[in-house]
Amino acid sequence: MTLQQELAVTPSAKLLVEDVSKTFHTGRGAVHALDRITLSVTDGEFVCLVGPSGCGKSTLLNVVAGLEVPDAGRVLTDGAPIRGPGRDRMVMFQESALFPWLDVLGNVMFGLRLKPGLSHAERREIAHYYLQLVGLEHFVHAYIHELSGGMKQRVALARALAPNPRVLLMDEPFAALDALTREQLYGDLQRIWAERRKTIIFVTHNVREAACLGDRVVLFSPHPGRIREEFRVPLPRPRDINSVGLAEHATEIMRALKGHLRGAEVAA
Amino acid sequence: MKRLITALVFFAGLIVAWEAVVRARVWSPVLVPAPEAVARYLWENTFARGSVGAPNPNRWQLFLAIGVTLKRLGAGYLIGLALGLPLGLATARFRVMRDTLGVLALGLQGLPSVCWVPLALLWFGQTEGAMLFVVVMGSLWSVVLATEAGVRNVNPIYVRAARTMGSRWLHIWVKVIIPASLPFIVSGMKQGWAFAWRSLMAAEIFVTILTGFGLGNLLHYGRELNAMDQVIGIMLVIVFIGLLADKVLFSPWERFLHRRWGTGQTG
Repeated sequence: MTLQQELAVTPSAKLLVEDVSKTFHTGRGAVHALDRITLSVTDGEFVCLVGPSGCGKSTLLNVVAGLEVPDAGRVLTDGAPIRGPGRDRMVMFQESALFPWLDVLGNVMFGLRLKPGLSHAERREIAHYYLQLVGLEHFVHAYIHELSGGMKQRVALARALAPNPRVLLMDEPFAALDALTREQLYGDLQRIWAERRKTIIFVTHNVREAACLGDRVVLFSPHPGRIREEFRVPLPRPRDINSVGLAEHATEIMRALKGHLRGAEVAA
Repeated sequence: MKRLITALVFFAGLIVAWEAVVRARVWSPVLVPAPEAVARYLWENTFARGSVGAPNPNRWQLFLAIGVTLKRLGAGYLIGLALGLPLGLATARFRVMRDTLGVLALGLQGLPSVCWVPLALLWFGQTEGAMLFVVVMGSLWSVVLATEAGVRNVNPIYVRAARTMGSRWLHIWVKVIIPASLPFIVSGMKQGWAFAWRSLMAAEIFVTILTGFGLGNLLHYGRELNAMDQVIGIMLVIVFIGLLADKVLFSPWERFLHRRWGTGQTG
């Protein structure tokens, strides 16, 4: 399989979360992280999950990733229920989760080595392609600790993209970065998303970030974690986080979020 | 270079101070021999040829002792590693191992290794087996505990990331958990080495066996003969070997880890 053939594979990925509930039992009692969540994501859609900490949005991401098993409900990709983690759904974590004992190339190769049907030369070619896509072609042999926070997340993005997953699950990947680096990555992520046609679920607590990236923004509220409201963001792409139109959308979403939080407090 | 000179000046200063104390005759020269006497002892037990007609009978004696000691140490340490690494991995992986072997390891690691000597003597008699047993017991438990700690300190996010990339059981252990815990494992190996070294010296001082005189035996005889030059000379050799082992065996590993992990760059 050549690089071109490998890249030509654009698997469709309709994602369906059905009635998923999850409760964690900790020393201080039970945390009702997800309460009968139902969410459908169409092929190639960019969905942002927004809510305050503890609203279960990361838990939902982990359930979709197959890293957590829900207490009830199920997740379907193209009609087939998921059983555990899979190469079709790659995760990008808040901390980069890169392996410090491998260099940049070694990290990107990690997932590729586990993907069958490729020769070593092809895997290297694919890894180099994705490192170039995230703009790190000159840091192939750098160690992880030598990279800045933004570069680490670029490597993590390349590593997640390399096995050509259908779905990309991103758990506050830019939260720890400075504003300038973050803005660059918004641009890069939109470009890559358009180029590689991924289905993306992106978890954040930053409303503006969600409005900038998402086709759709899904609002969560905590205790128990529930979906409150959904917004479509019909702005043209690529979007600039500092544009006025985007700010208006963000303000609307923010107002709704605050309303739900106040409502939740009153109810509690 | 500057650091080397600093070190040299420091040690030269120590020797000068030692010489000054000897010349001041504060203590008897039997108790505090001159640096020169210690140096002579070391020379006569290593390279000195002796005179024609009276060749030096002690020539190479120290090297033979070092050889005997290092052979015992190496064998015991390798056995300790070969047992300790897998046991440590198993202890980290299985709760039942942690509740049993883990507790045992913690207890026995706290036992000063010289305490194994009476038991070893009764079980194995005055044999190499007794020496080996003491060294293995001295190093094994700290290797087990360090390996276990290393594995349990692996950031769980590494394992989660690996699982999403399709890594499973054995692959996760070999490609993620073991490499991720390497810094702990190497420092555990280093600690195991230090404990093996201590326990062997204890064993050699207490146990005289005819299959070879190690450094500890020579130290013991130095005391019996009231030969303070020998006692101090052997102690210097022991210190030197410890330093050398650190530089040759462990420094390259630690430098490798520091380079990869980006740690320890404060000097």
